[in-house]
Amino acid sequence: MNNEITGAEIVLKSLAEQGVEVVFGYPGGAVLPIYDTLFKQNSIKHVLVRQEGGAIHAAEGYARSTGKTGVVLVTSGPGATNVVTGLTDAMMDSVPIVCITGQVPQHLIGSDAFQECDTTGITRPCTKHNYLVKDVNKLSSVFHEAFTIAQNGRPGPVLIDIPKDVQFASGTYEEKNKIVIPSHRLFEPSPDFEKNKIDEAVDLISKAKKPIFYIGGGCINSGPQASKLVREFINIVGSPVTMTLMGLGVVASSDKNSLGMLGMHGMYEANMAMHQCDVMINIGARFDDRVTGRLDAFSPNSKKIHIDIDESNINKTINVDVPIIGDVKQVVEKMISVWKEKKYKINTDSLNLWWDKINKWKEIDCLNYNSEGKQIKPQYAVQRLYELTKNTKTFITTEVGQHQMWAAQFYKFDEPNRWLTSGGLGTMGYGFPAAIGAQVGHPDALVVDIAGDASILMNIQEMSTAVQYRLPVKIFILNNEYMGMVRQWQELLHGGRYSESYTDSLPDFVKLAESYKAVGLRAKTTDELDDVITQMIETKNTVIADIWVTKEENCFPMIQSGSAHNEMMLSKDQKQDKKSAEKGKILV
Amino acid sequence: MNKSVYDSPDQVSEIKRHILTVLVDNEPGVLARVIGMFSGRGYNIDSLNVAEVSNDENISRITIVTHGTSEVVSQIEKQLLRIVPVHSVTNLDQEGSSVEAEVALVYIYISDTNKKKVYQLCDLYRARKIENENNTTIFEIAGASERVNRFIKEINEITKVEIVRSGPVAISSIQKNEEE
Repeated sequence: MNNEITGAEIVLKSLAEQGVEVVFGYPGGAVLPIYDTLFKQNSIKHVLVRQEGGAIHAAEGYARSTGKTGVVLVTSGPGATNVVTGLTDAMMDSVPIVCITGQVPQHLIGSDAFQECDTTGITRPCTKHNYLVKDVNKLSSVFHEAFTIAQNGRPGPVLIDIPKDVQFASGTYEEKNKIVIPSHRLFEPSPDFEKNKIDEAVDLISKAKKPIFYIGGGCINSGPQASKLVREFINIVGSPVTMTLMGLGVVASSDKNSLGMLGMHGMYEANMAMHQCDVMINIGARFDDRVTGRLDAFSPNSKKIHIDIDESNINKTINVDVPIIGDVKQVVEKMISVWKEKKYKINTDSLNLWWDKINKWKEIDCLNYNSEGKQIKPQYAVQRLYELTKNTKTFITTEVGQHQMWAAQFYKFDEPNRWLTSGGLGTMGYGFPAAIGAQVGHPDALVVDIAGDASILMNIQEMSTAVQYRLPVKIFILNNEYMGMVRQWQELLHGGRYSESYTDSLPDFVKLAESYKAVGLRAKTTDELDDVITQMIETKNTVIADIWVTKEENCFPMIQSGSAHNEMMLSKDQKQDKKSAEKGKILV
Repeated sequence: MNKSVYDSPDQVSEIKRHILTVLVDNEPGVLARVIGMFSGRGYNIDSLNVAEVSNDENISRITIVTHGTSEVVSQIEKQLLRIVPVHSVTNLDQEGSSVEAEVALVYIYISDTNKKKVYQLCDLYRARKIENENNTTIFEIAGASERVNRFIKEINEITKVEIVRSGPVAISSIQKNEEE
């Protein structure tokens, strides 16, 4: 058996054949054979994080900024349980990840061995699929299937648990093209591609008087070409378009048809247009509760078209009239060709009236904030960051909270894959490791994590990673000493009782940066802001910019939980009626 | 409508019993994936039955009885199809014509006073006595759940019993093209 290699070697060989360039990981007892093999090769780079949770978010950031699959390597027990949050995050936001975990040797499984846990059991609901590989000869086929499943259809995380004895055992390697994956294990679009549904949808759009496109993260997952086609189609129709948090960048925010983001902290005009439209074209979005608001008042008079690759999203929360199951790129390509073929043209008179109405809503200027004084408003900080970085190739990541919403509102994205944020799960601590992953994938780009003072502390240990690999990631902290979004909800819904939402004893972020041999900067007033941002951009090192912002600023506009799209709060003064506020309080 | 953070807007359709047949690859963890989907998403399992049905292809057939509105059950079907080792999901109620059966084993506490009645009832329901080494009275009854229910109700009125039921299995009775 001279063709036999060890399980650990099969792991590395499979990764190499899958085109993996970088692995984010943390060693430990149950993965030592793989780390030993890693040591003996040069083709795959390993990025050592400081906690496994950082590894998986870094892999997510890498995957979402490059379009490739992110790879994670961690040990058994605590190594595996520490990646559970990231796996769930990747599951919710459809990020392709392959996570390799070590496991105790097979004869110890079930004996409560040191660092043993039921990894496949724990991760079953938070992965697209997972494996416990007991036979070294199946290892390569499992890897090739895992990569395919992670990327196929609606992408997601796949976990491979490998007992240590399997890593040591010898077996044969099978190449990618020798593996046949049964079709039922993959998403395969129906062959006729729902042609009649596409015809029906295009016909419906052509007859619309008040259309709106509602664009989600599925357009980004479908690849850059999908964004181009979506833009082309919207241009042909001349319809307004709004994007979800996950869909920002699919259509340029500078595009004349763009109304910006919709939903809980979305634009007034976008939400009003969703409420009053007569035809809604949902492309790659899933009617998330942050987007829909109260369901019984969600876009009550519209016909709804829903394009999604995951059939379970159809009629899950909102019933639609024309469902199309498929990949955005392929579906929209077909829609454009049907539109052109049948020489459709939308009624310009009614479309103009629709735009007039929308332009009236725009005049409300929903993002308006009081910018008086020398104190830095968080909105202003993001605006300045945008102005000073817009001509550079910039990736923005965020943590979760007020700063995330301000980033979504005030940073303007003109391209897909430049905006990385935890949408579905809302994971504080996502942004910094994700920025590390994005920087690894794009060494020459500017990568900024717009963070809050609370979120950044959730994965601050990754400073050490960033500095070790000379990753010039910028952390831009909007520091208000509060968990701002928690504080905002407490103000609006809990009588201003700020229970545990103030962070006492925050570190001195400048000194913190310096202790990691990174650069720390601080801006306390508007006069200092531009200089700090410029210096941050020009520094060829990891930077923490600590931006002191006004402490009790709220993020508006806002649809409070339990309210509808046409019941937006534009400011604090516009209090919601008591009854619906009480009703909304029990919701998340 | 299905569950969401917000109340359902549309009127809810009638809650009905559904029998789902799920064909799966017979691999470790597959049952946990299926039942984990039900518990994780808050759906009901009234009964569950799993067995390998083909020796060569390694495929198992899971029969699940659940109840819910047609919207909920349709969502259950779609969520099941997302599970990688699932081949197919068939809602036998939707198909309209199917045959179902289950087996129950009934340990009957018997005495001289009730013996005659018990045997008469078992005879009526064509329950079969299972001989065993301890010579206790154990009957086997097979058939549609309804019939088993009635039998159990009636025998309970006569004497104390201990029951184990397999839960129904079901198969479509629609004419198929007999290729194989």
